[in-house]
Amino acid sequence: MLAALQKPEEKRAAKVMQHASGDKRFKILEVHMKKHLFRHDSLIEVLHKAQELFGFLDDDLLLFISYKLKLPPSRVYGVATFYHFFTLKPQGEHTCVVCLGTACYVKGADKVIAAVQQRAKIRPGETTPDKKLSLLTARCIGACGIAPAVIYDGQVAPKQTPEAVLEKVNPWIK
Amino acid sequence: MQLDDLNAIAAKEKASAKKKCLRTCMSAGCMSSRADKIRDNLAAEVKSQGLDSEVEVRRVGCMGFCGQGPLVGIDHEDGREELMEFVKPENAPDIVRSLKGGECKVQRGDPQHPFFAKQVRIVRANGGIIDPESIEDYIAAGGYQALHQALTEMKPAEIVEAITRSGLRGRGGAGFPTGLKWGTVAKSPGAKKYIVCNGDEGDPGAFMDRSVLESDPHLVLEGMAIAAYAVGADQGFLYVRAEYPLAISRLQIAIKQARQLGLLGGGIFETPFVFNVDIRIGAGAFVCGEETALMASVEGRRGTPRPRPPFPAERGLWGCPTLINNVETFANIAPIINKGADWYASFGTEKSKGTKVFALTGKIKNNGLIEVPMGIPLRQIVEEMGGGAPDGRKIKSVQTGGPSGGCIPAEHLDTPVDYESLTKLGSIMGSGGMVVMDDSTNMVEIAKFYMEFCMEESCGKCIPCRAGTAQMFHLLEKIAQRKATPRDLAQLEELCDMVRNTSLCGLGQTAPNPVLSTLRFFRDEYEELLQPELHKNTGDLKCQVAAVADKP
Repeated sequence: MLAALQKPEEKRAAKVMQHASGDKRFKILEVHMKKHLFRHDSLIEVLHKAQELFGFLDDDLLLFISYKLKLPPSRVYGVATFYHFFTLKPQGEHTCVVCLGTACYVKGADKVIAAVQQRAKIRPGETTPDKKLSLLTARCIGACGIAPAVIYDGQVAPKQTPEAVLEKVNPWIK
Repeated sequence: MQLDDLNAIAAKEKASAKKKCLRTCMSAGCMSSRADKIRDNLAAEVKSQGLDSEVEVRRVGCMGFCGQGPLVGIDHEDGREELMEFVKPENAPDIVRSLKGGECKVQRGDPQHPFFAKQVRIVRANGGIIDPESIEDYIAAGGYQALHQALTEMKPAEIVEAITRSGLRGRGGAGFPTGLKWGTVAKSPGAKKYIVCNGDEGDPGAFMDRSVLESDPHLVLEGMAIAAYAVGADQGFLYVRAEYPLAISRLQIAIKQARQLGLLGGGIFETPFVFNVDIRIGAGAFVCGEETALMASVEGRRGTPRPRPPFPAERGLWGCPTLINNVETFANIAPIINKGADWYASFGTEKSKGTKVFALTGKIKNNGLIEVPMGIPLRQIVEEMGGGAPDGRKIKSVQTGGPSGGCIPAEHLDTPVDYESLTKLGSIMGSGGMVVMDDSTNMVEIAKFYMEFCMEESCGKCIPCRAGTAQMFHLLEKIAQRKATPRDLAQLEELCDMVRNTSLCGLGQTAPNPVLSTLRFFRDEYEELLQPELHKNTGDLKCQVAAVADKP
């Protein structure tokens, strides 16, 4: 039974490894794993690096990590899906992350997010069909003194209003 | 590294100090308004106006007045202090000219404002004053003296005794006596022990730990090293949220610098003491603030809690005794060793000693970070320091403790801020988030907001929390949409009780708090939204049939 189970997996592994051999980013990731001595407890660090390199975590990438760290794929998949920071879907070209911490919320972050939602016709967590813009939410980025805060492509912007946010995202929407 | 070397670094740093200093806040809040550009412009301007020899342009950590940022502080020769608010990069020439008496139209803040004057700064003593990316600055401010004293003059048991005597309690929220925890770990048998610093500040609306890590990373490292010596550990982990990239990079710099100077690693101060610190980056899970979940995450697994006992002090990381403390708790250690337990115990109330850092945010005029002695009335914080609600509105309630806490209504503003008083009001001290709400805030919506948070952040391991938070959220949504009946409200209260008493970890046990506290003080807001009961057992069949028929 074990052999039967292993067979399709092995095929998949060979495929993943072949796929990985043609991509430099897998090499960088492997060096990073080596730096952590392929320790099992470095899984979250490795996933961070993988997401930084690839933008998101697809199945092949997760399998690659699981083979290299000698961890069951279920464990790698389980960790990757447990934490909000990891995404298994590709992101749009631009990202708009609206902070929904309490301070931002009482100061009108819900109106900010509603404005983008209406304009781009996507819900939080979604990407526009042309892959231009992803609308995301954050749980609290710790910038409560300048609430409501929005992160555009990694840049935090203070004291946002529905007007300000539309001005910023309008060029990214067809 | 010996004491003489430490003093030499401090003396050299002090001797190179210039007459005047322009301090630019480069914490995450001000950085979002191009504080880095402001500093670069100021440095270039000082050079071009030929003031190199007398003016220093320094990067500093959080000054606290985040709502008025970006901030630039000016230290004059005569010790006078000025504060510039809402600075823009193009203001740099004016600011530098003003040092020589030129005119400057940038808005000035008042360093004597109650917001600053009422603070007692122990944890944040260096915040906004030293360069967080320079270990020399920290040493010049008296840094690593406490570690030296601990290693060379004190026995581990004496340190534990000093911390116990200081009355310090865990600043993460629960308020467990720190000395007691240290003592338990120190007594636990085992050759290998670990120290973990909990920097997973998940509370929405709180940013004290971020600010401490960004402004004074060495203070936390020093506290961890002293703790490691006291309990007999040699490896530490700093668990920081991925949402705080600036804090992570400053910690990395700090650890590297400390290693280079021999203040971390082997043979610290030429004693046999060894201590290493690694950073672990979180990945966005609120539940990882719970200590057993945090340990699972440090071990690279899903952050799910496990039942206690065994407590981490006995069986923690990889089964070894582990000491877990919050960032702010560790930041209190060096000052306690430096100035003595009795000095620390002179602040605060009988049962809550010392100071607490709060993030004062929400509908309030003066947003920012404050450090106040325990026991200060809430009214003083909100009205005098915070300046009350903006736009002439009235304060309705103050939320403390985030999703695990509750709302304190305006009529209880005279409550002293300490662990016991807040618990009595159905809230908790929490990690220090203080969100002010004015009379335009709908309390049912707030309860719903927190419940949605808990529902999404529930790790799913135990059923009461996983299913209970979802059911409570749906009931709250029903109430908010005016579709609920008194029976729904009764069911909500019943569920609150069940989830609180049967959940595995703190997340579930405290998730009902926002609902319970708003129900306690603002019940009328809930009842206003309720619909009359449709199916009362009155026997009036006709009425019931009509009611059912009315439904779409």
